[in-house]
Amino acid sequence: MSDLESALNAVAGQLGGRSVTDLRRLSGGASQETWAFALDSGRPLILRRKPAGSDSPTGGQVTLAMEAALIQAAAKQGAPVPEVLYVSAPGSDIGEAYVMGRVEGETLGKRIAVGEAFVAVRPKLAFQCGQVLAQIHSIPLEGLPDLNRSSALGELDRFEDSYRRIGAKRPIFETAFRWLRERAPDLPEPVLVHGDFRNGNIMFQPDVGVAAVLDWELIHIGDPAEDMGWLCTASWRFSGRKPVGGFGDYEDLLAGYEAGGGTPIPLERVLYWQMLGSLKWGVMCLGMYTSFATGVDPSIERAMIGRRTSECEIDLMALLERAR
Amino acid sequence: MITHPTATELLDGVIRFIEERAAPQLKDRDAFMCRVAVNALAAVKREIEQGPAAEAAAVERLRAILGRDGDFATLNTALSEGIQDGTIDPAAPQVMAHLHASIVDQVRIDQPNYAGLKTLEG
Repeated sequence: MSDLESALNAVAGQLGGRSVTDLRRLSGGASQETWAFALDSGRPLILRRKPAGSDSPTGGQVTLAMEAALIQAAAKQGAPVPEVLYVSAPGSDIGEAYVMGRVEGETLGKRIAVGEAFVAVRPKLAFQCGQVLAQIHSIPLEGLPDLNRSSALGELDRFEDSYRRIGAKRPIFETAFRWLRERAPDLPEPVLVHGDFRNGNIMFQPDVGVAAVLDWELIHIGDPAEDMGWLCTASWRFSGRKPVGGFGDYEDLLAGYEAGGGTPIPLERVLYWQMLGSLKWGVMCLGMYTSFATGVDPSIERAMIGRRTSECEIDLMALLERAR
Repeated sequence: MITHPTATELLDGVIRFIEERAAPQLKDRDAFMCRVAVNALAAVKREIEQGPAAEAAAVERLRAILGRDGDFATLNTALSEGIQDGTIDPAAPQVMAHLHASIVDQVRIDQPNYAGLKTLEG
């Protein structure tokens, strides 16, 4: 029995079982490990754990304990999220981690945007996403842990800095930075922003639609339209033709947001953040090429992501032409 | 320039070897990386075929916008820096038309099936 399995067995009672079984690693980025296991009762669970010896979160990521607390806060507002069952402290046998219920569903963006299984429910998905965002944005800010704050100008500063350091000369990026700076909206009532709410990070079921919102590590305080614009950013449409995640229309997203109790957001503001989303992802693509060019990650995959920068540029161009 | 075979014929041969002989031997991450490698070779092939004409057309447009001569890298840098420092208005029709034509040409090389390309091609 592995050390991790022993440590999980020791807390099985607090998870609602007597022992754990079928422990296996699902995926592991540099920042988080994800493990699947089950209780003796058969209930499937997920462990999110910080790898031993890894550094504190960087780039605006929250700690796992904060992530767990925020998922629980979202559940209180009625948002569909996995049930958090146990939070493990840094330095314990399990390490910094939390355990949640495993939700069944689809996260592959292309199947959700164009797959056969979702034909019937697809017309409802954008409205549901609007409702869920309204629930997340209604989480009271009082009593929350200290979170990063973002604004359009702050994001532009951050990504322009990355872009300048890469040294590429891309006139469409220059145009987009200028255009977005000249039109940066004031931050109205700041809300809790999920930060990575896009097709791929939302679990859907063919019979019900949205089943669970995942990937909470970029949560912060900011403009509610940031989440809506990121969901509509063209890079996350996965062959779908519609603007909201490839599966839905703006009108339905905005209507769902209002129906969910959210303060109405003008489409223009969503399009603003959508353009900023394409610019951000484009700069990130350039950054991934840089890790190839410097030898940090010499795989051809990194290099080819650099060639996807032009996809973001063509999306930016379409938005610039639309806005004229 | 060089023929019997040309560069694109060589690429076709390599792509065919990978797809027909090498790829079926691979699985999981290696199979995925193999597809990425074939995509990279296909992009190189399109760049050999389409790149020179696209670059020549871009240089012509940049000369007209900037009123000076130079190679693509020099003129493209001048345009980028002019937009950055505010001396060139990117909303000017001539500039917008250049950005539009250039990015359509580039995505035709990089990702010809990208949905956003059809949007801009009209």
